[in-house]
Amino acid sequence: MKRPWLAALAPYLWLVVFFAFPFLLVAKLSLSHTVLAMPPYAPQLDLSQGHAGLTHFVHQLTFETYVRLATDRLYLTAYLSSLKFAGVATAILLAIGYPIAYGMSRFGPAARQGLLMAVILPFWTSFLIRIYAWIAILKPAGLLNQALAVFHIGTIRLLNTDAAVVLGLVYAYLPFMVLPLYAVLEKQDESLIEAARDLGCTATGAFWRVTFPLSIPGVAAGALLCFIPMVGEFVIPDLLGGSGTLMLGRTIWTEFFADRDWPAASAVAIVLLATLVIPIVLFQRQQAKVLS
Amino acid sequence: MSAPLVRFEGVTKRFGELAAVDDVSLDIAEGEFFALLGPSGCGKTTLMRMLAGFEAPDEGRILLNGEDIAGLPPHRRPSSMMFQSYALFPHLDVEKNVAFGLVQQGWARAAIGPRVEEMLSLVRLEGLNRRKPDQLSGGQRQRVALARALAPGPKILLLDEPLAALDRKLREDTQLELRALQRRLGLTFMIVTHDQDEAMVVADRIAVMRVGGVAQMGPPREVYERPASRYVAQFLGEANLFPDDAGWRLVRPEKMAISAAEVAGATAGVVAEIAYLGDRTRYVVLAQGQKLLISRANVGPPLPLRLGDAAWVSHAPDAAVSLAS
Repeated sequence: MKRPWLAALAPYLWLVVFFAFPFLLVAKLSLSHTVLAMPPYAPQLDLSQGHAGLTHFVHQLTFETYVRLATDRLYLTAYLSSLKFAGVATAILLAIGYPIAYGMSRFGPAARQGLLMAVILPFWTSFLIRIYAWIAILKPAGLLNQALAVFHIGTIRLLNTDAAVVLGLVYAYLPFMVLPLYAVLEKQDESLIEAARDLGCTATGAFWRVTFPLSIPGVAAGALLCFIPMVGEFVIPDLLGGSGTLMLGRTIWTEFFADRDWPAASAVAIVLLATLVIPIVLFQRQQAKVLS
Repeated sequence: MSAPLVRFEGVTKRFGELAAVDDVSLDIAEGEFFALLGPSGCGKTTLMRMLAGFEAPDEGRILLNGEDIAGLPPHRRPSSMMFQSYALFPHLDVEKNVAFGLVQQGWARAAIGPRVEEMLSLVRLEGLNRRKPDQLSGGQRQRVALARALAPGPKILLLDEPLAALDRKLREDTQLELRALQRRLGLTFMIVTHDQDEAMVVADRIAVMRVGGVAQMGPPREVYERPASRYVAQFLGEANLFPDDAGWRLVRPEKMAISAAEVAGATAGVVAEIAYLGDRTRYVVLAQGQKLLISRANVGPPLPLRLGDAAWVSHAPDAAVSLAS
């Protein structure tokens, strides 16, 4: 290629247009204050007034929304609650996803292709429809309670509870946990296990001393790949959660659409991003290590 | 003869329809360096893996010190295996790899360190304790694998194509080292290889295998000089085979004489190929419709032979070996 830098430029252009620019808009919004107007915030940048307009605009920016975020306990509670939901769901995902990935990696190459297909299959249906399907299963007169009735077990109320949210998160993110785990487990050399067995390990011992330590990159990738987007998840808590389910995605939605407090919604989003920078950097490092 | 350390008794192993190992019986004596030599797919690795406990025989018994080891899982067998891929644990450094078996056997912490050092000096890898396997050369990895397998003090060391991944020069050096190491330790070694030179260099006794079974077993000189069949004659080295009434007569290429001038009683032919190999020259002569191989040591002056020249080929009467099959 004559101009290789052109190809290298493409991802940066993408980042500028679809990340940096929107991010700046949101950052700017978070420093505004609400007004009863359309759009419902001020100041507006008026470049027609030249330098004076710019100075006026900058002077009007304020950190008051962030101060409100820090002082209102509701926001802190929502943050902690989001982290808790994502943390619990990640732990359950690992507990379920690891055996699935491990089992898949033990099959022959042909069977593995089929199983891999089965893991990806849910993506063929719209995410929203699949979550709605869970409503049909979990609602008081839904499939679950009908099934329980057949066995004369009392009904359970799951829909609109925190448990339903965790269930939904685990269900929706399972492929994102299984795939990176499968990728590392599938690559593992069978003779390593045999060597461990030969050197005195039981089958279980060989798993804990060889298989598991070697799969840590997959565990880290899967956990971060699930945890990061789950913290900001909106659809699942909104559809499956109860009125008391506090998650940031919902908080942002409420601020934005119900309260028309765009600066607050933006500030919550910025803080969420800042919170996630640590796991995102961890994830990046992990990926870089795996690639090298 | 004292009781063998290892005895295979009528051992058969099938994978589906195919018998990878078919009714094999053989003994390995204590302190012996024993080679299983054969082409790929002849079942030699399967035979070794059954001794290590990774495969179970369908029929027959495997005895170690006279006791059937069928019920013992791999981790309780007193054998150690060195894998073709070395199978070093990539997440552990050299020291932890070598200590792996010792930790599993419950050695005391204070005893593990000295034992690891002893093993590393045995394979001349002192000072590389903290290296990870991916920071080692192929030859160093091979040594770590050897040290790791020897560390727990096995009764028999199983070597599965241990040198296949090394380049030729290093492989030849390592063969001699392996042989010297085995003598020094007085330990029983069993090697699986498809390389006839390797088997001959290291082993006290070779079992030449064909698909499923043992074609011939004996010391290197015996299986080379007095092969029992055409198969063994052709698998081990190069062979000139002449049909006769009883079956075949074998003459090894180095026992053939070649001359540029007519010799009484010699077979006349035409030189079809000349390969100069440094220590010797290898000729192919077409005579009476047969390709004859002659290997001539480059000791004296070279023969004035060129492609297409007439040549006379002969051998001493006692150089020929009769093969029944």
